[in-house]
Amino acid sequence: MPQRTPLYDVHVRSAARMVDFAGWEMPVQYAGILEEHETVRSRVGLFDVSHMGEVVFRGPKALESLNRIFTNDLSRIVDGQAQYGCVCREDGGIVDDVVVYRRSAQDLLVCVNASNRAKDFDWMRQHAGGADVKNESDEWAQLALQGPLAAKVLGRLTRVDLSPIRSYRFTEGEVAGIPCIIARTGYTGEDGFELFCRSERGPELWAKLVEGGKPEGIQPCGLGARDSLRLEMAFRLYGSDMDDGTTPLEAGLAWVVKLDKGDFIGRQAMERQKAAGLSRKLVGFVLTDPGIPRHGYDVLQDGKKVGTVTSGTRSPSLKISIGLAYVPPPLAAEGSTFAVEIRGRAAAAKVVKTPFYARKAP
Amino acid sequence: MNFPEDLKYTRDHEWCRVKGNRAIVGITEYAQDQLGDIVYVELPDLGDQVKKGEAFGVVESTKAVSEIFSPVTGKVVEVNDPLADSPETINEDPYEEGWMIQVEMASPKEVQELLDSAGYAKFVAEEQE
Repeated sequence: MPQRTPLYDVHVRSAARMVDFAGWEMPVQYAGILEEHETVRSRVGLFDVSHMGEVVFRGPKALESLNRIFTNDLSRIVDGQAQYGCVCREDGGIVDDVVVYRRSAQDLLVCVNASNRAKDFDWMRQHAGGADVKNESDEWAQLALQGPLAAKVLGRLTRVDLSPIRSYRFTEGEVAGIPCIIARTGYTGEDGFELFCRSERGPELWAKLVEGGKPEGIQPCGLGARDSLRLEMAFRLYGSDMDDGTTPLEAGLAWVVKLDKGDFIGRQAMERQKAAGLSRKLVGFVLTDPGIPRHGYDVLQDGKKVGTVTSGTRSPSLKISIGLAYVPPPLAAEGSTFAVEIRGRAAAAKVVKTPFYARKAP
Repeated sequence: MNFPEDLKYTRDHEWCRVKGNRAIVGITEYAQDQLGDIVYVELPDLGDQVKKGEAFGVVESTKAVSEIFSPVTGKVVEVNDPLADSPETINEDPYEEGWMIQVEMASPKEVQELLDSAGYAKFVAEEQE
């Protein structure tokens, strides 16, 4: 039996196309992936991301305990700030990539991937280190309002002054009379907000945002556009670009690994890996031959398999084929070339700087 | 949904329009709707042989790759090359501008095994249940 978010009935009533995603019955598209993608890049889109989970660490030892299982450093951010990072195993393999919202040193909300809800909670409870760890995933609805006009739409629906809420900051306040966590975070590369509210109020919040965003041409969006938007930014997707068998260093996430912060699970393994050198790296590439790279396609050099594509699509914004792939370090430098095997044909590819897409100046 | 009466259909959601020995082949309105925005097409070369029920090309949407199967056996005598630069034509006009290949049929009788419009409409209705 697939799981459903509090917004399920809304999606079905709105004739969204539903698909199974990691055991969740979710909308893959409303108006069409290309149209939704373009609307988020130029105006504003609304996503139901209530399938994401929330695990909360509370108590005097909350920050210290969570920091012991988190690769980034929660002592470097202030209350009301969010931070991206990984939770790792002893061997450095990624349990999940998460965003932590620091409400206070004694109250931190961890937003986890839908597919990892149960695994993460088990892991966090096992390594609670004296913190009170609670799985609140079913208690929260989460909506993502994303795009250059997101602040304009939200500003009309709340008394909260949004201007001090810079990127990766958040506050609590009412949106259309509904108590929310209002966070300036997202997975699209555009300005925007993620709103967390009580599950039962999710449909009402959705309706108010859809209605309130009409002057800006707001568009409900599905997971299809969410995926193409994140890939243009080279944001990693757990389960596709990384998993328990890859480390943050291999996945190009060294910037969220603070090896000098003190001990945390996975640190020793990553220090060893760093000293020994990596055997593969995740890179962004564009295809210079026709075709579209897809998850699981082989990366070839001189006709031999040397790596694997983990994500790929036709970039709706750039009109070129883009992807992420694990390759040996000598092939990871910008400008390196290799081939991607597409239905038996070797299609030429070139490593490029990421993100693929640069946000337009406001 | 529109399934023109003058066409024949496969259970893989291709259509063909028969003109003498020739079959013009494309995918149905239902197929393009299910695929979503088509962003890439790969078609055979002129002179290639295609076989009934076997894949002769692919269409790709933002999210997925789908093979296209030939409704008939024969030789490819025309290819709709402009689709390479404007694959969205298949979404916009699947039965006319969005045609894919023309096949010189080796055994035109094969066409009789295909579904007619009513039969295909029924098949789609069942698939949607």
